[in-house]
Amino acid sequence: MPNTAITANRLADGFVIYLTADGGWSESLADAAVATSDDELEGLQAVAERAARAGTVIAPYAFDVETDAGRPLPRGRREILRTLGPSVRTDLGYQAARS
Amino acid sequence: MYRYDEFDHTFVTQRVAQFREQVARRIAGELTEDEFKPLRLMNGLYLQLHAYMLRVAIPYGTLSSRQLRQLGYIARRYDRGYGHFTTRQNIQFNWPTLKDVPDILADLAAVEMHAIQTSGNCIRNTTADATAGVAADEVADSRIYCEIIRQWSTLHPEFSFLPRKFKIAVTGSGRDRAVTAAHDIGLRLKLDADGNPGFEVLVGGGQGRTPILAVTIREFLPERHLLSYLEAILRVYNQLGRRDNIYKARIKILVRETGRDEFARLVEEEWAHIRDGELRLPDGEIERIQAYFAPPAYQALDDACPELAVQRAGNRAFDAWVGSNVEAHKRPGYAVVTISLKPHGGIPGDASAEQMEAVADLADRYGFGEIRVTYKQNLLLPDIRKGDLFALWQGLVAAGLATANAHRVTDIIACPGLDYCNLANARAIPVAQAISERFADPERERAIGNVTVNISGCINACAHHHVANIGILGVDKKGKEFYQVTLGGAADENAAIGDIVGPAFDEDRIADAVETVVDVYLAERRGADEPFIDTYRRIGLKPFKEKLYAAH
Amino acid sequence: MPLIKNGARLQDPWFAVATEEELDRSGPMLVPLALWQEHRDRLVDRVGPIGIRLASHESPAAIAGDLERFDLVALEFPKFTDGRAFSYARLLRERHGFTGEIRAVGHVLRDQIAFLLRCGFDAFDLDERAAAGWQAATGAFSAWYQPAADADAPIPARRRYAVPARASVAVIRSEPVQPPAPEPAACAANWAY
Ligand code: SF4
Repeated sequence: MPNTAITANRLADGFVIYLTADGGWSESLADAAVATSDDELEGLQAVAERAARAGTVIAPYAFDVETDAGRPLPRGRREILRTLGPSVRTDLGYQAARS
Repeated sequence: MYRYDEFDHTFVTQRVAQFREQVARRIAGELTEDEFKPLRLMNGLYLQLHAYMLRVAIPYGTLSSRQLRQLGYIARRYDRGYGHFTTRQNIQFNWPTLKDVPDILADLAAVEMHAIQTSGNCIRNTTADATAGVAADEVADSRIYCEIIRQWSTLHPEFSFLPRKFKIAVTGSGRDRAVTAAHDIGLRLKLDADGNPGFEVLVGGGQGRTPILAVTIREFLPERHLLSYLEAILRVYNQLGRRDNIYKARIKILVRETGRDEFARLVEEEWAHIRDGELRLPDGEIERIQAYFAPPAYQALDDACPELAVQRAGNRAFDAWVGSNVEAHKRPGYAVVTISLKPHGGIPGDASAEQMEAVADLADRYGFGEIRVTYKQNLLLPDIRKGDLFALWQGLVAAGLATANAHRVTDIIACPGLDYCNLANARAIPVAQAISERFADPERERAIGNVTVNISGCINACAHHHVANIGILGVDKKGKEFYQVTLGGAADENAAIGDIVGPAFDEDRIADAVETVVDVYLAERRGADEPFIDTYRRIGLKPFKEKLYAAH
Repeated sequence: MPLIKNGARLQDPWFAVATEEELDRSGPMLVPLALWQEHRDRLVDRVGPIGIRLASHESPAAIAGDLERFDLVALEFPKFTDGRAFSYARLLRERHGFTGEIRAVGHVLRDQIAFLLRCGFDAFDLDERAAAGWQAATGAFSAWYQPAADADAPIPARRRYAVPARASVAVIRSEPVQPPAPEPAACAANWAY
């Protein structure tokens, strides 16, 4: 199974968030919990579904990540853009907020 | 301009209160996302890739300076200092938080605006030709009818859960400036033999994965029957439109599967029951609405303006801008001005809060305080004295809004694409930027002349790439962005759907491909005044195809 | 599921028939269209009220000729996004003059209730949450823009008859203020616009 992380959008502002190992959510993919087996993935998905039912996050889903020294990196244009914000407004997206 | 009376004010205020309560229920956990989604969509609130997006209706693309200033205020106060104007004459804010949206709607209501029905499977904001009221060739002012449609369609109890979204466009003359053939219903104003206004009624146009041009189901509908006829069409569609497959749910599929004549018969049969009922517009109603759109206090001017000629002769940049961005007005001595939101290398349709305020100020100073939003994602000042053009242009230069490229190859329509949109397969804006930079030389651009280039980030075709002379569609191939090119589409009264040239180009080659297409056109055209579309219709796809794929 | 009719909670007096055998019962009986069509001959002679239940793909045109036999037409919403029954209800009221109960059954959201009322529904099978929100759901707007199957005067009529935006409206349909319009007769029949 490819390495997998879980992402969603936050209810309050719609921002992209990632499920962390302690069951919380972070704006940074670097903090995401990475599942390496089906069991781990199911565990994470159960946590995410609970959060969606509680209404704090919207539409969680699992996606494949590469790992570089244990750090998850996005694959594919869509997930890359979700971690970065709009490529055409690097002054305004998440990049700007984080720098 | 239309002004709200106490009924309109009460209505939008109550709508804001209702949505505030719905948001509160969602935040309190009383509504699930599945339940909330249709409610927020009915008020234009999407969830995009990175954040919520609020789409605000600009009914038939008409804004007062006060309203535009308020949009600038909202961009600064609640968003990140900018907004995005769309082909449907709306504006989108890309970063509102959920709890702020009711406040934004209240601020909009304060200037007689709203976000009602800017999404959802309902009747969307009706669009009009941006030059309504000032075009020399118009039969009647489409804004009047759009306002009548706006009121009738607002929270229509029967048509708020249609099989799919529903878009109506109205154009004021036989020249189609509202792309009526690409709409669920297109209305073209015309006169009967006695000189009474009415409409040619088209149905079943649409884009998406099955692009279809609308067909005429009635040659002439007297204006008093406007609403009853629309209600008849919608009632037939609501009952018979397909609900089993989202890709077949638009009225275009129903019309195609039923056949035009049979569909028209069904509509006429329904209409016979209701044509003289409560929806028939009584004497005086059209005149009542028309009074809101009375012409401003024009001065009696000579059409010739010697100082303009002197100013043009003395300033090449101004001369070029007049050449591309200024059009004839029906009143002598006045002109219609397009404010390009397509700076070379910029994001099509984006405007900063400061730019919105600058345009509002210029509209107050030179243009009776009125602004239009165009199908091409530009702004337009409808009533500028020719003698004021130079001063206006200087003001636009100062605001970074004087790009002289209206209708040119860099006046590109682009949807938000994968930079913002959740449904996208590929980015659209960076492609627009690359093409725009490629053709940024003003001399070259002028030599090429008028050509439409539209870029959609997925097959939903929000940028109407099917009806562009050069259409570009983003597709995803294993996580990589590719772009399919269509040629020969047209969005005017001779609307046509473009032909696919062949295999898609990757993101590094798409600007080259467009340049190749333009070069073939330049080599093949019969003189500088044969527009791209005429050349294409004359020589067909083959020469373009050969050049595009020659190296492979 | 609570039944709400004309704004009040009621015990549902209707028995929902599912099989042919159940057609022999007495008392008010709600029959699906297929059973009605199959056993029409026998059912027309029945004493006791009959209601008909239409799925969302079953147009009331199928029973237009029999409408006087029914005290209830129940229109199904398989999911709330299937809006066909909004048209069906208006046709029943406005085209066919049906005056019995029109009931919404199935998946209906609280935020649709106001639209349903306007289209001629007067009874609702609602879940508890939707039923609890009845007041808020029906009181959000004091006037609407377009004529429909309800008794309220729409905004265009209020404009012409100079009724204030937030006024109670049931009155003006029975006792219109004298219109200033030039053709009072035409207006009376055609007063929405
Ligand atoms: S065309 Fe596709 S990518 Fe572009 S805005 Fe529409 S849905 Fe989004």
